[in-house]
Amino acid sequence: MCSVATKGRQETAAPSTAPAIELRGISKAFGPVQANKDISLSVARGAIHGIVGENGAGKSTLMSILYGFYKADAGEIFIGGKLTPIHGSQDAINAGIGMVHQHFKLVENFTVLENVILGAEDGQMLRPSLAKARKLLAELSDEYELSVDPDAMIENLSVGHQQRVEILKALYRQADILILDEPTGVLTPAEADHLFRILNGLKAQGKTIILITHKLREIMEITDTVSVMRRGEMTATVQTKDTSPENLAELMVGRKVLLEVEKKPATPGACVLEIENLRVVDEKGVERLKGISLAVQAGEILGIAGVSGNGQSELMEVLGGYQTATGTVRLNGRELDLTGRHSDGQSRRNSGIAHVPEDRHREGLILEFSAWENMAFGYHNDPKYNKNALLMDNAALREDTRQKMDRFDVRPPIPRLQAKNFSGGNQQKLVLAREIERNPDLLLVGQPTRGVDIGAIEFIHKRIIQLRDEGKAILLVSVELEEILSLSDRIAVMFDGRIMGERMPEDTDEKELGLLMAGMGTREAN
Amino acid sequence: MENSHSFVLLLVTLNQTINVSVVLIFAGLAGLFSERSGIFDIGLEGKMLISAFFAASVSYQTGNVWVGMLGGIAASMVFALIHGLTSITFRGNQLISGVAINFLASGLTVVLGNAWYRQGGQTPQLSGAARFHEITLPFADTLRGIPLLGPLYSDVISGHTPLVYVAFLMVPLSWWVLYRTRFGLRLRAVGENPASVDTAGISVIRLRFTAVLIAGVLCGMAGAYLSTSQGAAFGKEMTAGRGYIALAALIFAKWRPWYLLMATLLFGLLEAISNLFPNIDVFGIFTIPVQFTQALPYILTVVILAGFVGKAVPPRAGGEPYVKER
Amino acid sequence: MDKMPKWADVFLVPFINLLLAFFVSGLVVLAVGENPFQAIWIMIKGSLGSTAGLGYTLYYATNYIFTGLAVAVAFHARLFNIGGEGQAAMGGVGVAVVLLAFNWQHWWLALPFAIIGAGSFGAFWAAIPAYLQAKRGSHIVITTIMFNFIAAAVLGYLLNGALKNPNNQNAETVPFGPGAHLPTAHEILAPLGIQFSKSAPLNISFLLALLCAFLVFVLLWRTRLGFAIRAFGQSETAARYAGINAVKITMITMLISGALAGMLSINVVMGEQGRLIKEFVEGAGFVGIAVALMGRSHPFGIVLAAILFGMLTQGGFELLWEMPDLSKEMVLVIQALIILFTGALDNMVRMPLEKLFLRLRKEQS
Repeated sequence: MCSVATKGRQETAAPSTAPAIELRGISKAFGPVQANKDISLSVARGAIHGIVGENGAGKSTLMSILYGFYKADAGEIFIGGKLTPIHGSQDAINAGIGMVHQHFKLVENFTVLENVILGAEDGQMLRPSLAKARKLLAELSDEYELSVDPDAMIENLSVGHQQRVEILKALYRQADILILDEPTGVLTPAEADHLFRILNGLKAQGKTIILITHKLREIMEITDTVSVMRRGEMTATVQTKDTSPENLAELMVGRKVLLEVEKKPATPGACVLEIENLRVVDEKGVERLKGISLAVQAGEILGIAGVSGNGQSELMEVLGGYQTATGTVRLNGRELDLTGRHSDGQSRRNSGIAHVPEDRHREGLILEFSAWENMAFGYHNDPKYNKNALLMDNAALREDTRQKMDRFDVRPPIPRLQAKNFSGGNQQKLVLAREIERNPDLLLVGQPTRGVDIGAIEFIHKRIIQLRDEGKAILLVSVELEEILSLSDRIAVMFDGRIMGERMPEDTDEKELGLLMAGMGTREAN
Repeated sequence: MENSHSFVLLLVTLNQTINVSVVLIFAGLAGLFSERSGIFDIGLEGKMLISAFFAASVSYQTGNVWVGMLGGIAASMVFALIHGLTSITFRGNQLISGVAINFLASGLTVVLGNAWYRQGGQTPQLSGAARFHEITLPFADTLRGIPLLGPLYSDVISGHTPLVYVAFLMVPLSWWVLYRTRFGLRLRAVGENPASVDTAGISVIRLRFTAVLIAGVLCGMAGAYLSTSQGAAFGKEMTAGRGYIALAALIFAKWRPWYLLMATLLFGLLEAISNLFPNIDVFGIFTIPVQFTQALPYILTVVILAGFVGKAVPPRAGGEPYVKER
Repeated sequence: MDKMPKWADVFLVPFINLLLAFFVSGLVVLAVGENPFQAIWIMIKGSLGSTAGLGYTLYYATNYIFTGLAVAVAFHARLFNIGGEGQAAMGGVGVAVVLLAFNWQHWWLALPFAIIGAGSFGAFWAAIPAYLQAKRGSHIVITTIMFNFIAAAVLGYLLNGALKNPNNQNAETVPFGPGAHLPTAHEILAPLGIQFSKSAPLNISFLLALLCAFLVFVLLWRTRLGFAIRAFGQSETAARYAGINAVKITMITMLISGALAGMLSINVVMGEQGRLIKEFVEGAGFVGIAVALMGRSHPFGIVLAAILFGMLTQGGFELLWEMPDLSKEMVLVIQALIILFTGALDNMVRMPLEKLFLRLRKEQS
């Protein structure tokens, strides 16, 4: 019945030396933005091929073109040596391509089985399709360590299991080429290792795998060949064994990365923030923070390392005032309200906490608002921005914004421009200008350089250190280990809602921190 | 004597309930298909109204009620197409589109009706083959003698127009389509997470248009029932808010076909009661005003929506136009 | 950068939308066998050609300013208040209760209390859906629709019971006293030597509507509360981060919205009817949606759109006299098409225009 799949099978069966995938001259523009520029790429059959690049380098766009999600403006796609026009996802599936997206494309309140057959049913009736899928799933589960309960609802599965369902979906469609977009971003280290075992198993069966990531460690660990993308262009394709992380990093950013940030040794002062036994339970009843204890002193940067989703966001939300928690948090010796009337962003700001949130598009900025309106965002009740009890002082606010834009080198320095019209780096500078210039006792910074260009990264790092040198306490959360290592005066590692340990940056290295982030190593008593 | 009188009253009430529920069943199922695919539809009212008008007009012109019904369905489908165009193709606001459709139907039916028939928006009375007539089910007369069940069969179940039976058959059919076929699986999926359907290589746009057009067909039948089966002419604003009651029933039923049948029968019963017994005297202590009975479906729906009695969770992608992510 | 210049976004797109709506309306008129240009001329003449026509036009516009503002304020907080109809009806009950409670001596004494009555009853009727949305996540569109019907039932019940005029058969209240009569345009303008039609129902409420429009502008763009409302409407997650209380903003916004809708009854119940009748809102709550869409949720745009819709309504009655083949319901068709083109089919015009401007810019550079 499934003519689609048989076609895919036949193609693999035919012995061929042609590359599994060959792209020639692919270009794609979104309005004025050139996302892919004349890209050519060849991936050998049975290889694991990595594609690395910074955020916005065009990796996902390229893969979306390959999967038929977008149509390229120019270029050709060859699958197994044959010119294969891909007009939609159905064409890609027919050509034996499967894709595991970064954000899973699953129906949350369907069962695993229903998700697997969706779009690949046999005939009009569901019953025979479900029976067939159940049998095939059991076989695949055994073959590739992909066990999942076929009758479980997706919403009740862990992220790792949901990812397995995505892989099963592709295999059920008899995919020979599997594309994974940032697959480990949401996984625990153990889950990531499991995934790599699965991928190696698939490779052993002759499947071709494309792995998109920005984590060089993964590239070195699992890929055979690797391509580097930068600003929409393919800058290099090399054998993994012939390269090094340093080399790849340089190719990615286009020049030597200044990983070392110049800074004087910290001179920690009085204790500004004390956290004791902090616990958070989310609305689903899952414990997200399992008894966190931390302290940050004036004039130091405490960096929190960890894979995203291990409780860092919840910690920031609690301190920022929009997540309730139990336990004790003291700021300058005064206890903060964690559940009641004073646990909101306004109260926190009044008590001297400023917050650069992890996601500036969803939280830090109102993209439709002008720069000057964003400068008041969160501080609109400040008397400085208000003429009287009733009216805001918009003129003063615009002037204030102009000055801040000047000091933080925001380009273009136009207060009336909407936030959405600034680049990522300049948007982040807007947020930073707003928060740092409040002169807070404690600054919370989440992912300060996510989606920010290199030039702005240096500037942002400098301003954070400058604030530290002014004697402020800074709590930094970042998933970029290099950023943590270069900025922090002290490092705490979070895993599964707990602090796995604290280290001084000079006494540790990426390897040890990586182990702690993976939940391994000695757990300190909290 | 007293007892048999109550029994007759009960039979009349049930008979009425069935008659008034039909519109709600058709319209509710229309809403079910549309909303399960992720397209909110507050234009049920308008689609029914335009269909009621065209069904009556075409029946009058052709003298054939079946052709009339097709005319009504066609008109309703044109409106459904407009809704699809606005909310699927041009990714407009589905609620605003629905409001516009309701307005358009209110205006257009009267403007055209007046221009064609000059009866203040009414269409001429239909008779003979230009309207639906009651059919008597087999053995209805012979079985009447059996106590309780006999009259129930002969006077409540038998003796309706064909569309009544079609409506009640539509419920199991809809259930079967939604839960037992490939189309149903995809339809439900597209209302929950359209990206899952898109990445599986199925057109979100085509699926949603299909759902919206099915809603058009069902609303068309509801409209035709109003003007050629329950009534014998089109009257200005003859849907009288039933599209909204159907919407309420749909929420009350938590977007499920069998629950929907229960909800429409309940709301139909309330409508029948308010028609038959305007002000109900409760043991002579107080009177339940007719307005309360009329408002009860809306009040019950608000209570359900508030989550005080079970939570009504709408399809997750409902109301959101689908845009591919970058 | 923006895809197209601001003037195109604010004026050109709505203008083309409007043109399309009128074009399709013209086709309907043509289909009915009348001349669309003649119909437009009749409507313009009927709505602006005499002080009587103008008086009616602005009288309807007053209603639409109130309901348009009500919808717009809620829009800014990304709340779709479709319940203007019910809130206005309840506002009428508020006005009637206030005006029947005392034997008012002067309109200027009665007016402030009538405003409080109209506003508080309208706000109350919006408060329940607002609370359910804020606290229980019940979809406010559906609950406000339901509340429209419940309001109609309540109004019907009261007018057949507690508030009914015992002296006649109709479902209406007794007439309010002469002390509750609002000055009409004729009465205001006559001392100034300006002759204005005696029959036109335009009254001082029009000025109240303009004042409300100005106040809404100040609220949204000059006050902290307005800032918070707009921020909440743009991004709920960002509002949470900033410490803007979602429940509070939802409640306050809907209370303001409901109160504005309730104000309609000052114009109709107090200014025109002089008693409370059933169905006095006559769909103005829904027209408010069209007005808010057309006016891009900006008070200035809303006043203009409301006057346009006032012209349509008044012109529609004129059509009835001059073109027997055309009914006043033609206005409903035009309104529907305006809602359709400006509200739901906006992208149909916007997307090609954006492409055009992008190409123009590319050619320039």
